[in-house]
Amino acid sequence: MARTLKLRIWRGDDKTGGLQDVTVEANHGEVVLDIIHRVQATQMGDLAVRWNCKAGKCGSCSMEINGKPRLACMTQVASYPEDETITITPLRAFPVIKDLVTDVSFNYKKAMEIPSVEMPPGMKPGEPRMQQIDVERSQEFRKCIECFLCQDTCHVIRDHEENKKSFAGPRFFIRIAELDMHPLDILRNRKKSAQEEHGLGMCNITKCCTEVCPEHIRITDNAIIPMKERVVDEKYDPLRWLGSKIRKREGML
Amino acid sequence: MANLEKYSYDVVIVGAGGAGLRAAVEARDAGLSVAIVCKSLFGKAHTVMAEGGAAASMGNVNDNDNWMVHFRDTMRGGKFLNHFRMAELHAKEAPDRIWELEMWGALFDRTSEGKISQRNFGGHEYPRLAHVGDRTGLELIRTMQQRIVALQQKDKRETGDAEKNLKVFAEVTITDILKENGKIAGAYGYRRETGEEILFEAPAVVIATGGVGKTFKITSNSWEGTGDGHALALKAGANLVDMEFLQFHPTGMVWPLSVKGILVTESVRGEGGILTNSLGERFMFKYIPDVFKDKYADNEAEADRWYIDQDNNRRPPELLPRDEVARAINTEVKAGRGTEHGGVFLDVSKRLSAEVIKKRLPSMWHQFYELAGVDITKEAMEVGPTCHYVMGGVEVEPDTAAAVGVDGLFAAGEVAGGMHGSNRLGGNSLTDLLVFGRRAGMGAVEYVKSHGKNPVSAATLEKAATRIAAPFTRTGGENAYSLHQELQEVTHNLVGIIRTGAELTQAIEKIADIRKRSANISVTGDRKFNPGFHLAFDLDNMLLVAESTAKSALLREESRGGHTRDDFPGMNSTWRQVNHISSFDRDKVIVKAQPLPVLPKELFDLFDVHELEKYMTPEEISKGGSN
Ligand SMILES: Cc1cc2nc3c(=O)[nH]c(=O)nc-3n(C[C@H](O)[C@H](O)[C@H](O)COP(=O)(O)OP(=O)(O)OC[C@H]3O[C@@H](n4cnc5c(N)ncnc54)[C@H](O)[C@@H]3O)c2cc1C
Ligand code: SF4
Ligand code: SF4
Ligand code: FES
Repeated sequence: MARTLKLRIWRGDDKTGGLQDVTVEANHGEVVLDIIHRVQATQMGDLAVRWNCKAGKCGSCSMEINGKPRLACMTQVASYPEDETITITPLRAFPVIKDLVTDVSFNYKKAMEIPSVEMPPGMKPGEPRMQQIDVERSQEFRKCIECFLCQDTCHVIRDHEENKKSFAGPRFFIRIAELDMHPLDILRNRKKSAQEEHGLGMCNITKCCTEVCPEHIRITDNAIIPMKERVVDEKYDPLRWLGSKIRKREGML
Repeated sequence: MANLEKYSYDVVIVGAGGAGLRAAVEARDAGLSVAIVCKSLFGKAHTVMAEGGAAASMGNVNDNDNWMVHFRDTMRGGKFLNHFRMAELHAKEAPDRIWELEMWGALFDRTSEGKISQRNFGGHEYPRLAHVGDRTGLELIRTMQQRIVALQQKDKRETGDAEKNLKVFAEVTITDILKENGKIAGAYGYRRETGEEILFEAPAVVIATGGVGKTFKITSNSWEGTGDGHALALKAGANLVDMEFLQFHPTGMVWPLSVKGILVTESVRGEGGILTNSLGERFMFKYIPDVFKDKYADNEAEADRWYIDQDNNRRPPELLPRDEVARAINTEVKAGRGTEHGGVFLDVSKRLSAEVIKKRLPSMWHQFYELAGVDITKEAMEVGPTCHYVMGGVEVEPDTAAAVGVDGLFAAGEVAGGMHGSNRLGGNSLTDLLVFGRRAGMGAVEYVKSHGKNPVSAATLEKAATRIAAPFTRTGGENAYSLHQELQEVTHNLVGIIRTGAELTQAIEKIADIRKRSANISVTGDRKFNPGFHLAFDLDNMLLVAESTAKSALLREESRGGHTRDDFPGMNSTWRQVNHISSFDRDKVIVKAQPLPVLPKELFDLFDVHELEKYMTPEEISKGGSN
């Protein structure tokens, strides 16, 4: 065992819970999730934590490590100084269920409020032809692993429960942007609805969301700002629709 | 049981990976009410981890491709132990399933003509894998997840309630499939968050629970891969077929220890990565089996030319089917030609520029950089075999995905057996999920039409509930975490990539012993989100899976695909005619031999007879397929 680690881990829910001190061994190359699993297997059999892939791909192991929203499976223990106590707490923006597990249902409700992709009428499977350059912008947003770290860090909801009703959050701004830039989607007014129904206007471009995104999605630069710039009413007619798609492409070049 | 939550649906789908979600869409589209149950949050199922792509013979990159070529490759990859009908349906329907995803919003990488791009992969004759960089599984699961949401939005518009007829029950573990009067009646389980129990009454249940990797010590699978569906099906009276066949993916990370087993996608080799040992030898040329000699290059010059001209050169041996590459790496390491950490080198930095690597293999770059401190655009990776996929699974009727022997039960995806024979080709799983997920949905629809509700009796309920309460009634018993570790040691050491009769016999005894002790597991803490409690149930499933695997492996006295016997090296055409069927007698797993379905003439005739001679007995060849 390479080193002995001091941890403070949140135990319990947000009403009665508190930080608990733990000492645990850590091996070379281990990530914080490994350490949590060791604590679980040897000292706290019922320590609650979410995880799946342990490879930064599923977005389950989101928590706050020394106050920073992070994926525990992608956070090297070695990135903290030897003598530092590492504090591990659940995501602050969401209600704590137990220990490191929070109730993230807010996000699934917001997902439900965004109208799905709508294909051009009459288009048949196998017919779409799209250039790589035209799909790339939306592909960037489709990299999202729904870790909700951006949601957690965004000050609009982090300490403002009252804003949650009218604010979808950065994860869902990129979802709207993705559909808005999707070469096949024909639904009108996505930008306008981002502004009027999903609270885009409450974002003041602090870029905190971009900073925490483990997928390095440029949430603010590539989704939020372009949408804020052009919240216009795009009436649907096929020619103008085509025009708007081409403009999207120009915007990218 | 005081606060038992109760629901009634037409069909309950256990599993929200690609297979479960595709089944759900099919059943809901046909008008059924559907519950989707999964252990994790919605959108996190193991499918999210798939990297390389989804195999479908769309012929976008090489128009020589078609379903017959794909069918042949799949049968070859599986060493002709596949259920021919599943391989046929899969090859025929895969392209439609991919195009359908595109209609639901998926954005695959494109060819210069604007079609869906396709990449090379081991065992596939032509570039065949639709992909999105190296995050294809994420695209697939997100598209399916968003399709489910779209259907819910439609229900909301029409009925005012989004979840009335299609609801996702996330973080719920199913512990029992319930039967009444010999037919499916529903499913029982607990909410992981609260530990509270939950009952689903339904005449049809689709099992889509994925794989079994966590039974092994080194695996690419997530914690969900505990073989729940395999065990649930066994206990409900269904059979498992060919559980001896496990795919050890040749390239898992080997260092640092904490990431051992995490997958290094095959696309690294598809994009030109080469394998070398500690002496710097490109060793795969030594390991081309006779049956593949005419398809794979036996020298470096030709192998390298293939990347530029695929019509006039044979493929590099790095792209042999996975079982071959995994065994080769295993042999190199055992012979002392491994790397410092017990792997071999995989290097793509010499063939592609840093920019191209980062574009085509972004998550690999990220994974090695963040977790191992290795920059794959400059250095080689260290890799070794990792337990990746289970070919064996629930025995099903190919066309309907109905589980043989249990009315109302269906199985699709990794949990179902037969499709991949003794070894799965990369990329064939993702399309398997879609093809047979859809068919399971259709099967359930047909079944529900002709079978009404089948209420769960109080006695059945009582039994299911008692099981859940049990670990809390004990104190000072066994610790689930330690038993799990013990099991993983046994499977790793005795039922691993290379097996012997003596070791398998030993494994069977040890697994039985762990199973006995596991009856005495006690858990600390209460029911609220308690991983120790959760593991107690997962472990029970893994033990049954391990028993079935070890017993099937002991019986099969040959080496084929994902089953290698040191004491019986080489394939044996007589064994090719045998499937191993596991069943459960309430006490132990029983394995019996069953004749493999015979290839019908029209499929037999798709092959060159000389190729079939390598796999089949002279009698089979002279018959020329059935009828
Ligand atoms: C790292 C990695 C990379 C891969 N890459 C590829 C690739 O490039 N191409 C390819 O074709 N294949 C690939 N595979 C294989 C492929 O991803 C899997 O075989 C496939 O995703 C399995 O899908 P599924 O729908 O059967 O189940 P999963 O996606 O495993 O989903 C199982 C579901 O069942 C649920 N479940 C399980 N047990 C219970 C229970 N008791 N109660 C309730 N719910 C339960 C889980 O919560 C989950 O929702 C890869 C696999 C791995 C590990
Ligand atoms: S940029 Fe906007 S969305 Fe992102 S964290 Fe800041 S306020 Fe929130
Ligand atoms: S945008 Fe980034 S931070 Fe936000 S949920 Fe997606 S992956 Fe996580
Ligand atoms: S466990 Fe999947 S992202 Fe960390």
